[in-house]
Amino acid sequence: MFGYYLDLALRSLKRNKVLTALMVLAIAVGIGTSMTTLTVMHLLSGDPIPARSSMLFYPQVDPDTSRAEHREPGDMMDYHSAVDLWRAQRADRQALLAQSDVRLRVPDLNLPVLITHSLSTTTDFFPMFDVPFQYGGPWQPSDDENRARVVVISAHLNDKLFGGANSVGRTLRLRDTDVRIVGVLKPWRPSPQFYAVAGGRFAHGNTADFYAKPEDLYLPFFSGMEINAGSFGVFNCWIVPEDYGKLENAPCIWITMWVELRDPAKVDAYARFLADYAAQQKTLGRFTHADNTRLRNLMQWLEYNQVVPSDVRLQTWLSFAFLAICLFNTVGLLLAKFLRRSGEIGVRRALGATRGAVFAQCLVEAGMIGLLGGIGGWLFTLLGLWLVRQQPAAYADLAHLDIAMFLITFVLAIFSSLLAAALPALRASRIPLGLQLKTL
Amino acid sequence: MDILPIFSALRRHKITALLVILEVALTCAIVCNAVFLITQRIDRIHMLSGVAEHELIDIQISPISATTDSVPRMNEDLAALRQIPGVTAVASSNQLPLGGSSWNAGIKIARDQKESTLNATTYYGENMLETLGTQLVAGRSLLHDDFYDFDAVVKAGSTSDTKNMPKVAVVTQAMADRLWPGVSPLGKELFMGDNIPITVVGVVAHLVRPSFSDNAVAEYSMAFPIRMAAGRYVIRTAPENRERVLAAALAKLKQLDPKRVVLKKQTWDQVREKFFQNDRAMAGLLLGVCVALLVVTALGIVGLGSFWVAQRRRQIGVRRALGATRRHILRYFQTENFLLATIGIVLGMAMAYGVNLLLMVHYELPRLPMMYLPMGAVVLWLIGQAAVLGPALRAAAVPPVVATRSV
Repeated sequence: MFGYYLDLALRSLKRNKVLTALMVLAIAVGIGTSMTTLTVMHLLSGDPIPARSSMLFYPQVDPDTSRAEHREPGDMMDYHSAVDLWRAQRADRQALLAQSDVRLRVPDLNLPVLITHSLSTTTDFFPMFDVPFQYGGPWQPSDDENRARVVVISAHLNDKLFGGANSVGRTLRLRDTDVRIVGVLKPWRPSPQFYAVAGGRFAHGNTADFYAKPEDLYLPFFSGMEINAGSFGVFNCWIVPEDYGKLENAPCIWITMWVELRDPAKVDAYARFLADYAAQQKTLGRFTHADNTRLRNLMQWLEYNQVVPSDVRLQTWLSFAFLAICLFNTVGLLLAKFLRRSGEIGVRRALGATRGAVFAQCLVEAGMIGLLGGIGGWLFTLLGLWLVRQQPAAYADLAHLDIAMFLITFVLAIFSSLLAAALPALRASRIPLGLQLKTL
Repeated sequence: MDILPIFSALRRHKITALLVILEVALTCAIVCNAVFLITQRIDRIHMLSGVAEHELIDIQISPISATTDSVPRMNEDLAALRQIPGVTAVASSNQLPLGGSSWNAGIKIARDQKESTLNATTYYGENMLETLGTQLVAGRSLLHDDFYDFDAVVKAGSTSDTKNMPKVAVVTQAMADRLWPGVSPLGKELFMGDNIPITVVGVVAHLVRPSFSDNAVAEYSMAFPIRMAAGRYVIRTAPENRERVLAAALAKLKQLDPKRVVLKKQTWDQVREKFFQNDRAMAGLLLGVCVALLVVTALGIVGLGSFWVAQRRRQIGVRRALGATRRHILRYFQTENFLLATIGIVLGMAMAYGVNLLLMVHYELPRLPMMYLPMGAVVLWLIGQAAVLGPALRAAAVPPVVATRSV
């Protein structure tokens, strides 16, 4: 029966090519725009590290003594608190992070001086965030406190400096210090760069830069502090510091910390530990808002910082409204198409076709339009994503269609064409037979 | 033209009529808001900067390492740059209008005020306002004797020594209007962080911030008499000399210190271009969606119009046989479309308003100005009429003889 319906549908589609083309085009354009934005949205709002995100937490304390009233604690930590919490080693894994730009030279290569983004962190950073290595590996845990002069570099930098060869053991000069390469990463592109989204909620939706490439240099935290002192970005200071080159005791927040906690009991225990630490600091006179601590998990932290750019959200809404209009259009055109065939349907009904059979046949026809629209929509999506890649946004190079989104394109196309066909098909199946036969 | 017969005909095609109405309404709602969004972006792109737009060059070098002689070395650089033929002014600044991330400070207008009244960008650098080409509208600019070195100010700040602290500032008109509405800001005092008063001595017409997301606060900037070797030089020269001066300046800086790294070298036009590139992309995208929407709606009207004409061939034939002219038939379909479009537009205006309310809540957009609604209405009426013209002409071409067939 289905084969017969398909045959009928094909004949019907061929009979009025212009109307068919209009419907297919409407669905294709609607699907194309909505799948383009949906793909971008899917890329930007997804879980950057699905296997581990539920175990990763972002502790916050409130060291700001200048505020009278209670507010959300600052997005980063002061050096003192962060290092205290890290040294306590109360989580399964913990990492300190601070970003800075550093001047880079390779002593034995004749290349111009580069200014590169660097991350000073502790060795747990790599296993905690599933960072893949191409050559070598992370530095030893003891290297953190020993201020070892070692470095891990990105695949991108390794390609640029050493043509992609194994560069473990080679030396880089960062500012005035020589460091030895111990590891080279594989290409790694978390989307967003989830460990560096602090302050996102103050960005009024201009958060595209959170999707930029990660740093090129990874240094042991305390080594980085020494090598590149004075270059670290400061999130906020409540009193102007004496010297931006020595922020260790400054009344400023500029360090971030991540912890890995593998089960809920450990999360509760860590939250208690954090509260106890803050209370203890209050008795020491360093904190005034001791009860103001937070322990958000990764996805909560991303949501809190509103990392999905507002332009992207707006585009998604817009494209779905556009799809809705395309579907209204298709409903109208299908209605026209089915009712124009009233005579034919009347004959089929008179020859014994049930209403259900007429309804099913109309849906098969609509499904076929949906399938054709899906193919067109897929092509339009590829075109749309190509256009996104030409845009000046940091996430532009990420915009590619994956298998899931490819399948969703067709599911959405067929589903929406069936939805659009439901009403016209219902009308067509209700055509009274006698009346139509008379006018043949 | 009698519209009652049209209504009674439409009542027999409720669903199709409703579809046209809904399509027009949705299109109206979205196009009104999208056009409003586009104009918002365009306003932003054309925002007044307050600086000599086509005359500035920005050079950023890696900060001279933290030695004690950074200010003398900066002065040496500035003197060398000033000597390049064609250069009219040079300044060293901590940041540049529309240049990206900014240095801001919370501003209070009374001693011991708890929360800041507003957050403003603080521009440092001697001769900075003159080099940028800002227009002084009241008071005076910052003078040589007002200036202090950054390191001395920081040291003074931590020891609460008021002697080495800047005492005056120049603010923008926008900032003055917000802090002291309706009053002359000259001589007024403002406070940052600590309780040391800073006197406003001058007002410039416009000076945009290095970065902002809300247009309303785009011009909250002030110039502070602080000298700082931040490695950012602004050079002013005639537009036609920019390329040559930029090349000469780079050569000069390299010659003074071959070891330093040039981070950025650009004309200010490029800075501006880059700052607004996202807005330009978004405006282009919205425009594309608007055009696509209107085309899809027009196609829908063509499709349904054709269907109706085909369905009513016999009635049209009868009317023609009974004496209706071609013009009557044409008018009939045109009026029908006009009625449907009008109902759709009325509905669409209500929806446009609703969409705007949502955007105001979620995207911090201002209210949709009323004038967009009649404009949207006219556009949709025109599109409706243009779309229905083809089917209506085909209807008018139906010969009266059709009435005699197959009745």
